[in-house]
Amino acid sequence: MNRYPLWKYAILVIALIIGIVYTLPNLFGEAPAVQISSGKVTVKLDASMKQRVEDILAKANLQPDFVQYDGNSVKARLADLDAQRKAKDALSAALNPDPSDPTYIVALNLLSRSPRWLTALHALPMYLGLDLRGGVHFLMQVDMQAALTKKADSTAGDVRTLLRDKNIRHAGITRDGNAIVVRFRDQATLAAARPVLADQLTDFIWTESQDGTDWKLAGSLKPDSIKRVQEAAITQNITTLHNRVNELGVAEPVIQQQGADRVVVQLPGVQDTAKAKDIIGRTATLEMRMVDETSEGRMAMTGAGPVPFGSERYTERGGAPLIVKRQVLLTGENLTDAQPGFDGQTQEPAVHLTVDARGARIMRDVSRENIGKRMAILLFEKGKGEVVTAPVIRGELGNRFQISGRMTTAEANDVALLLRAGSLAAPMEIIEERTIGPSLGAENIDKGFHSVIGGFCAIALFMCAYYLLFGVISTLALGLNLLLLIAVLSMLQATLTLPGIAAIALTLGMAIDANVLINERVREELRGGASPQSAINTGYERAWATILDSNVTTLIAGLALLAFGSGPIRAFAIVHCLGIMTSMFSAVLFSRGLVNLWYGRQKRLKSVSIGQVWKPGASVPAKS
Amino acid sequence: MEFFRIHRDIPFMRHAPVFNVISLVTFLAAVFFLATRGLHYSIEFTGGTVIETAYAQPADIPKVRTAVESLNLGDVLVQNFGSSRDVLIRVPLREGVKQAELVAGVFAALCKAEGGTVSSRDGPVEQGQSASRQACTAGAAEPVRLSRSEFVGPQVGKELAQDGAKALAFVVIGIMIYLALRFEWKFSVAAIVANLHDVVIILGFFAFFQWEFSLSVLAAVLAVLGYSVNESVVIFDRIRESFRRYRKMTTPEVIDHAITSTISRTIITHGSTQMMVLSMLIFGGQTLHYFAIALTIGILFGIYSSVFVAAAIAMWLGVKREDLVKSAAKDHDPNDPNAGAVV
Repeated sequence: MNRYPLWKYAILVIALIIGIVYTLPNLFGEAPAVQISSGKVTVKLDASMKQRVEDILAKANLQPDFVQYDGNSVKARLADLDAQRKAKDALSAALNPDPSDPTYIVALNLLSRSPRWLTALHALPMYLGLDLRGGVHFLMQVDMQAALTKKADSTAGDVRTLLRDKNIRHAGITRDGNAIVVRFRDQATLAAARPVLADQLTDFIWTESQDGTDWKLAGSLKPDSIKRVQEAAITQNITTLHNRVNELGVAEPVIQQQGADRVVVQLPGVQDTAKAKDIIGRTATLEMRMVDETSEGRMAMTGAGPVPFGSERYTERGGAPLIVKRQVLLTGENLTDAQPGFDGQTQEPAVHLTVDARGARIMRDVSRENIGKRMAILLFEKGKGEVVTAPVIRGELGNRFQISGRMTTAEANDVALLLRAGSLAAPMEIIEERTIGPSLGAENIDKGFHSVIGGFCAIALFMCAYYLLFGVISTLALGLNLLLLIAVLSMLQATLTLPGIAAIALTLGMAIDANVLINERVREELRGGASPQSAINTGYERAWATILDSNVTTLIAGLALLAFGSGPIRAFAIVHCLGIMTSMFSAVLFSRGLVNLWYGRQKRLKSVSIGQVWKPGASVPAKS
Repeated sequence: MEFFRIHRDIPFMRHAPVFNVISLVTFLAAVFFLATRGLHYSIEFTGGTVIETAYAQPADIPKVRTAVESLNLGDVLVQNFGSSRDVLIRVPLREGVKQAELVAGVFAALCKAEGGTVSSRDGPVEQGQSASRQACTAGAAEPVRLSRSEFVGPQVGKELAQDGAKALAFVVIGIMIYLALRFEWKFSVAAIVANLHDVVIILGFFAFFQWEFSLSVLAAVLAVLGYSVNESVVIFDRIRESFRRYRKMTTPEVIDHAITSTISRTIITHGSTQMMVLSMLIFGGQTLHYFAIALTIGILFGIYSSVFVAAAIAMWLGVKREDLVKSAAKDHDPNDPNAGAVV
């Protein structure tokens, strides 16, 4: 009766193998590495950089373990700290000819020492949280009210232009909170204005009212428009933060949205909050200018002549020089939106731009006079400008226009992103800040590790002494639980924190309960006079209902923590919930499998090694 | 080895009134301390700034205090923690004080008191990771280092407190529904009363000793709630089984039997969990200290409350054999995991 079919054993063996394979990468530790990523918003890294890095390192007589390209950056793993430092110097010198204006960021990083075949299986080590590796953590609140006000402000300008275009006389346009109030002298003008506004400004709901002798048309943002404005604001802020943080040369920054209006920024390895805040708080500006296409300008562009007076030289994304006039037509303030999309006629990828009323007026005038000429869009950061794109003007432009032609979808996305990246959509405030020194992080790892190992050993010793062979099996099951838990966390690429380690320890302490329940039940059955084989069978079966019940209640508590917790609590809850799942598997299925393997074959089992089973009434304790 | 050699069922329920009085007294004492002293919330809940610094020499606390007080930040707490070299500075939230620049300001003041100057230092530090930090240097020496800092704004703290309350409510309601479905409403009420009483007692300890109540302590409290309910579940499971098996026993006898037959498991399980917690208490250091303490109290009172309080309340509420056996007898399902218990 205590036999498992082969497939059950197969499942157990597979679980064991998966557990070992995915836990392994965590044991190899980390090796020093150098990471190269793009230092400028206009420079994209591609796979050719891998070859370049290999060449540079070979020239510097350094043998990296490997060089890999992972989509955003190129990483080279090196044997020791000395080689890492040399590699960093060599790469910085070769990739950034001008150290004051670095094109690429060369940062020191750590890479797992695990062998490549493990990495190929996507068996990667867990990330270490900031409390374990040191770094800065910011939680920033985006001022959504400001984003809405900005939207209302730009719309108020649009209203003014619209009414003027239609020759409708108004008696004043004001912004009241997020609402726009347009006054009219009489009802007839209001009636004429209303369809115009409702047609053109679809984000707003327009309601009319009478105020003394005046007629009022009040526009308020639709709820879904509010949501859209807020979402756009937070995405733009995150993009902007990404660009700024890149400059810190942090190997693996984390910039994530949290809730509806918050952004988390985590910078491992950075301790200098002052510098980090300075960079995060900086603003970049976007400018639109005409390309100098006079004959002098063209000469300068080919390198045949000096840059003419009133113009400046910039480099395009491809690296070609571009001579641009100094006169600024528009700045990023006038650009309200930039979205990637497709051309309505040709279906080519395009970037759709929206400018505010003032911008639209300027664009119309400029474009009318410059059809067939090029206009450059420049991004300025730290006083240095770069050409994002320089399209040819095809016709007269209004407040919405597009840049299209010779672009891939990915490029259109990039350009739209860059155009929006100029500045923050809404101001942000730091509402939580944490810094953890690297030595404290290392200490925390040790503490967590020792806690788990200490507790595990104590439990293992006790179980083996008290339940003998069943105790050994329980300990093995607990070991598998630990293995599976770490494997699952590694597969999910979870971030390990100190509360997470505490949860691992606590979960193990609680998981042994299932085995105690089983072992006690088996003893009880033996005490009741059952034969060893049936005692094992009924013991497991009866304990199962109880184990299920008790785990469900624990799981409810875990889920509550997961649902309402934040930060450290969430980390704790995730590990706790996963641990309950893995413990059900290991404590019941795996330990039963071992018991079956050991005892199931024996037809006439006389005794079970589960420690002393004391029977009430018997003067001599019977050993069964 | 066999620790528990019990000849007869122990008449727990005969002494139930005594235990319930003890519980009530502890509970009232806990409520009293919570009401009069209140919890000593960590800055995660109240908002504020905590700065941990590591000195090269044992720190001169009064000197540090003078240096920090010169910044005029209000009610600042300066104390040692861990070793004599580590100093913890806690600054409350205050109107008009720019929290974002506070850490740098305090660190600069501490540095100045040690006769050093603050400068930004770049370069690889530990573990081959690039790190730049504000370093305080006096000549070649570095008298004080910033080891950790944390600033929490007021809005975050308020939210955390609300979320904590929500989580507690969710756990209580979820467990009650589950137990009512799985057993009977009387059990679910009994289990929740017993285990909330544990929670209040843990909080009472934290109020009495003015231990710091942080997010991790809250996590521990909720984990204990789930854990000690599972304790009650094991006993209830046994009560149900005994009702089915021993038809002649009275309710108190059934409860006594159920508790007696699970007592060894109760003690061993809790002992094992406690060993793990003890290991955290010993090795876990400052960060896990109160977490482990909350768990310890929770585990100890969890045994007591499930054994003496939950079962007794279920008895006062008048659980009967019919409550549990009736339904199982009516729709007998061979696949029901509990069906095997009917002998």
